[in-house]
Amino acid sequence: MSGLHELTLGAAAEGLSKGEFSSLELTESCLAAMADRRDLNAFVTETPDLARERATASDARRAAGEARGPLDGLPYAAKDLYCTEGVLTTAGSHILDGFVPTYESTVTANLRDAGMVMLGKANLDEFAMGSSNVTSYFGPAKNPWGPRDGRDLVPGGSSGGSAAAVAARLAPAAIGTDTGGSIRQPAAFCGIVGLKPTYGRCSRWGIVAFASSLDQAGPMARRVRDAALLLGGMASHDPKDSTSVPAEVPDYAAALTGDLRGLKIGIPKEYVADGMPGEIRMLWERGADWLKDAGAEVAEVSLPHTRHALPTYYIIAPAEASSNLARYDGVRFGLRVPGDTLEEMYENTRGAGFGAEVRRRVLIGTYVLSAGYYDAYYLKAQRVRARIAEDFRTAFAAVDLLLTPTAPSAAFAIGDKEDDPIAMYLNDVFTVPTSLAGLPGVSVPAGLSADGLPLGLQLIGRPFDETTVLRAAGVLEEAAGFSAVPGMLREDS
Amino acid sequence: MSLDKDTVRNIAWLARLKVPEEALDGLAGELSRILDWVEQLDEVDTDGVAPMTSVVDVTLPVRDDAVTDGHHPDRVLVNAPDRVDDYYAVPKVVEQ
Repeated sequence: MSGLHELTLGAAAEGLSKGEFSSLELTESCLAAMADRRDLNAFVTETPDLARERATASDARRAAGEARGPLDGLPYAAKDLYCTEGVLTTAGSHILDGFVPTYESTVTANLRDAGMVMLGKANLDEFAMGSSNVTSYFGPAKNPWGPRDGRDLVPGGSSGGSAAAVAARLAPAAIGTDTGGSIRQPAAFCGIVGLKPTYGRCSRWGIVAFASSLDQAGPMARRVRDAALLLGGMASHDPKDSTSVPAEVPDYAAALTGDLRGLKIGIPKEYVADGMPGEIRMLWERGADWLKDAGAEVAEVSLPHTRHALPTYYIIAPAEASSNLARYDGVRFGLRVPGDTLEEMYENTRGAGFGAEVRRRVLIGTYVLSAGYYDAYYLKAQRVRARIAEDFRTAFAAVDLLLTPTAPSAAFAIGDKEDDPIAMYLNDVFTVPTSLAGLPGVSVPAGLSADGLPLGLQLIGRPFDETTVLRAAGVLEEAAGFSAVPGMLREDS
Repeated sequence: MSLDKDTVRNIAWLARLKVPEEALDGLAGELSRILDWVEQLDEVDTDGVAPMTSVVDVTLPVRDDAVTDGHHPDRVLVNAPDRVDDYYAVPKVVEQ
C-alpha cells in the first residue's frame, strides 16, 4: 500500500474512525494522485481548496466528538452533471461555458451535509449522451486499464471520468448518473462497482437533465459495501423532485449478509445475444454458479421484448433530451453567440454550443415529437416501453433477481465505433431495458477478458429492492475475488 | 424513413439549431439510418397498451400554492451573458 488514496471507501472510513489518519491527510493523498494522473483526463475541474476546507472542517468535527456518521471526512468525485454551488458545472458541454451554479444539487448537498469531501468534477460524455466519454467537450477520459496495442481505451460512459478516477485510485468513490447504462457500463469497463438505484430513490434536483423519465443518480466504488455506504448518503425523499419517493432509506451496508438461501435468480434467455463473446457467456454462467453456491436457486426466465428496448430508448431519450435542452438558448447562462436577431442568436448559440452527438439526438428528438410523427414514433415507443416494463413485472413474479452481463464487450479503443452511432448505442443493450423499467441494477467486476480487461456482471432487482441487489452483488464480489489492478498502476510500482 | 436535406434543414430550424449547409447531407444519412433502425418497433403489437409516462407507481404530490422562494435577482442573474439592471438583455425583438 503506497498511499492513502489507494484505500477503499470502507477502509478509509475505518482508518478515520480509528484516528489512524486525518481527513486532510487522506484528501491530500487523493489530490496528489489526481495531479499526478492528469493524463487520464478524469476531471474537468479539480477543487483542491474546497476539498481541503471540507476535510479540515471534518477533522475538527471528529476531534470534537461530533463526526456526522460513517461518511464524514471521506473524499469523492462528482460527475460534472451535478450542479455544485460556486463550482463550475459543465455537463461536458461547451454550451454551459462558464456556468457557476448558485445552488447545490440535492445529492451533493446530502453528501456535503454528511461530511463528505468533494475532490472535483469528473469528466463525462456531453450531457451524459454517450457510452465512451468521447463526446465530452473537454476531451475523452482514458481508461486506466489501457492502453492496448498502443491505443488508449475508453473508460465507458457517460460517467467515464468518475469510473476512471475510482479505478485509478484517485478517489475512493464517485457519484455518477445513469440514464441507459451510464453508471453500470463504465463500472464494468473500469473494473469497479456501479449501482443505478430505482428511479425515484435519489433526487434528480440539481442534476443537469438529459432524459427526465430515465435519469437516476448512483454510487461508483471499488467494493459493493462502499457502494452501499455511499448510496445511503445519496438517497433521500426530496420535495423538490416530485418523482423522488417518500420511502425510508434502509441501512444498505447491513444488507450484505452473504446469505442467498431461498433467493431465486432469473437468467433472461433473450440476453443470449448473437455474437456474444464466449468469454462473456462463460463468465455469466460462472456467475450463476457462484450464486447457486451461496444457496440461491437459478432459473431461466423470458423477457420477450428485450430486443426492442434499444430502439425504444433511442426514441424516448432523444425526445426528452430535445425538450430538456431547449433551455440552452444563450439568454440566461452559459455560452452566447451573437446574432442579428433573437432567433439567430438562439440558432448560433445552439449550433456552436452542442457537439455532434448532442446535435444528432436533439434533431432526432425534435423529429419524433413533431406534428405528424408524434404518434408513429413517440407514442409507439411509450407503448412498447409499457410492454418492456410488463416483461419485468412478469419475471419478478417468479424470481427475486435477474443476472446478466453488464456490457457486450470489454473496453474498446478511443476512436472505435465513432462513425457508426448505432454500433455505439449497442453498448447499452443489457442496461437499457432496466432503465426503461426504472429498476435497480448493479455492475460487479467479475473477471478479466483474454486481453486482461475487466468484465462486469449485472444484477437487476425489483423496484426499491436495492438491499437484495446489493446482498447478491456482495456474494458475486466475494466469489469472483476480483483483485486485478489496472495496468497503469502496475507500471508505477 | 429516409430524410432528405430539406427535412433536416426544417428539423434544425424547429430545434433552433444552426447546422452548416455542408453538414446537412451527412446528417440526413445518419438520421435516416437511426430512424430505419427504430422502425423495427412496428413489429410489436401494442393494441390496447396505454403509453407509459412514468415508471414510479406513485401519484404525483400536490404542494400548497404558496411562494416558497424568491427575491434573489443577483443570484438568478449572476450567470447572465448580458444584463441591464435586473433584466436579461437580448437582441432587440420589437421594432419601434
